[in-house]
Amino acid sequence: MKYAYYPGCSLHQSGQEYDHSLIAVCEKLDVELVEIKKWICCGSTAAHNKSKLLGSALPMANLALLPKMELNEVVVPCPECFSRLKTAQHNVKADKKFKKDVADVIQTECNEDAQISHPLKVLSEEPLLAKIPTVVERNLSNLKVVCYYGCLITRPAKIAQFDSCEYPETMDRILRAAGITTLDWPHKTACCGASLAMSKPDIVVNLSHKLIESAREVGADAIVVACPFCHMNLDARQPDMEKEYGTDPEMPVLYFTQLMAYSFGHSQEELEIDKHMADTQNVFKKANIPATAEEAPIEEKEITFEELRRH
Amino acid sequence: MKNEVIHIEEKSFELSDAVKMAGGIDTSWCYQCGKCATGCPVAFEMDLTPTQLIHAIQLGLKDLVYNSNTMLLCAQCQICSTRCPQNVDIAEVLAAVMVLTQRDKKKPQISGALKFNKVFLRNIRWFGRTYELGMAAMLKLATWKLTQDMGMGIKMLRKGKFPIFPRFHSSRAVRKIFKRARKQEKE
Repeated sequence: MKYAYYPGCSLHQSGQEYDHSLIAVCEKLDVELVEIKKWICCGSTAAHNKSKLLGSALPMANLALLPKMELNEVVVPCPECFSRLKTAQHNVKADKKFKKDVADVIQTECNEDAQISHPLKVLSEEPLLAKIPTVVERNLSNLKVVCYYGCLITRPAKIAQFDSCEYPETMDRILRAAGITTLDWPHKTACCGASLAMSKPDIVVNLSHKLIESAREVGADAIVVACPFCHMNLDARQPDMEKEYGTDPEMPVLYFTQLMAYSFGHSQEELEIDKHMADTQNVFKKANIPATAEEAPIEEKEITFEELRRH
Repeated sequence: MKNEVIHIEEKSFELSDAVKMAGGIDTSWCYQCGKCATGCPVAFEMDLTPTQLIHAIQLGLKDLVYNSNTMLLCAQCQICSTRCPQNVDIAEVLAAVMVLTQRDKKKPQISGALKFNKVFLRNIRWFGRTYELGMAAMLKLATWKLTQDMGMGIKMLRKGKFPIFPRFHSSRAVRKIFKRARKQEKE
C-alpha cells in the first residue's frame, strides 16, 4: 500500500518522535508513505483566524500537489493539519464561488476529491488491523494505558467524518490488536487547551491537569496520544502542574505509534522514548516489560478482523 | 451588566451580516439552548459564554461583542459546533468575530492572543513552514514575557526537541498565496 504523506511542521520539530515512530510502524506493516515534495504549512488556527480565504488557500495548495504524485489519499498524522485540510476541502466543496476564489489564490485547480486520512483510520481498517497482531514481537499486555484522542481527529463530525465524536474507539482497537491493555475513561475527547499554551498557559495547565488526574483515577500507567500539541501540553507542562497543584503528576505521555513500534520489537532508543519530558522509564518497569524482545515472547494465536473490531 | 433597553433597528443586523460575510455562518438559527456553553472547556474564563456572545451578535451589540474575551479564549476544540442542535458552527462564528475585530483594528482584551497569530503568520511567510524556535523567540520579543515558559523551553532544547536552525521551504510560494489572498479580499 502506498499513501502520500503530509507530516506537518510540528512532526519535523518538537514532534519528531511521532514522525519517526509512525514511519517505523508503517514499514513493519508494508505501508509506504511518500512525503509530499515542497509541502507548506497548513496555516493552523492563526491563518483561519486571520481570514477564511487564506485559511483555506494554504491547505488547498498542499492538496493540489497530490495529482502530480499520482496518489489520491494523503495521510496526515497531526490533527491540526488534518482538520485544516479537511475543513478547507469542505468549504471549497460547499461553495462554488469560494472555490473559484481559492483557485485564483493558489493558481491551480482545487483538489476536491483527495482523500484525507488520519493514521488512526488507515491502521484501524482492513487489512492493516488484522495484520498488526501478526507482526507483534514483544508482549506488552501488562501495560495499562488510556487513549487520548483530543479534539480535532473526530470533530466537527460532519467535517472529520471519522469514528464517534463523543466516544471514539479506533485507537483502542489498534493498541489492543498490538496486545496492549486500554482502559475506558471519560476524557477521551476532552480539550487540553491547544494553542492557548501561547497566550493563556494557566488555562492549559488547568485543563491538562484534569486529564491527567482522570487517567490516574482509572489506573492508567500512561496516556497515549495522537497529536503533537496534546503531547506537548500534557507532557511538558507537568512541572507547571506541580507548581500549581502541589503534586508532581508523573504521568508518562506516549504517542500511540511509539507503543505500537515498541510492541513490534523496536528498541526504546530507536523510538526516542527518553526524549519526552515526563519520566517514561518507570512505565515499562512497572509493567514488568523486559528491555529486549526475546525475554518477553508472545503466544501465537490467530485473530480475525471481525474479532478485533468487536474488542 | 446594567439593565438597559435594547432597541432593535435596521442597523442591528449589520453585525450578524458581517459575521455571515466573514465566516459564512447564519447566527439567526441559534435559540440560546446553551448546549455550547455547557460543553465549552474554557467557558469558566470567558466573560460571555458562547451562547451569550451569539445572542449579542443577534441583537447587534457590537461593542459588547468586540470587547469580550470569548473569541480570544476559544481553543477551537469544536465541541460547541459538534453538539449544536441547530447546526450553527459556533467555533467558526468565534473565528469570524476574530477576523472582524482585526479588520476594525480593535485592541484585544488579552494582548498575547493576537500577537501569537501575527508571529505565527510572519513565521510561515518567512520560512514556508513554522520554525518553532524562531517563533518562540519572536513571541517573547513581541510580548515581553521573557521568563514565561523559559525553563520548559530550555529543557526541551536540551532534549534536542527543536532543530536550532531554520530551513526555507517554498517560502516564495507561501508569500505569493498571502499576497494574492490579501489582494482578493480587498476587491
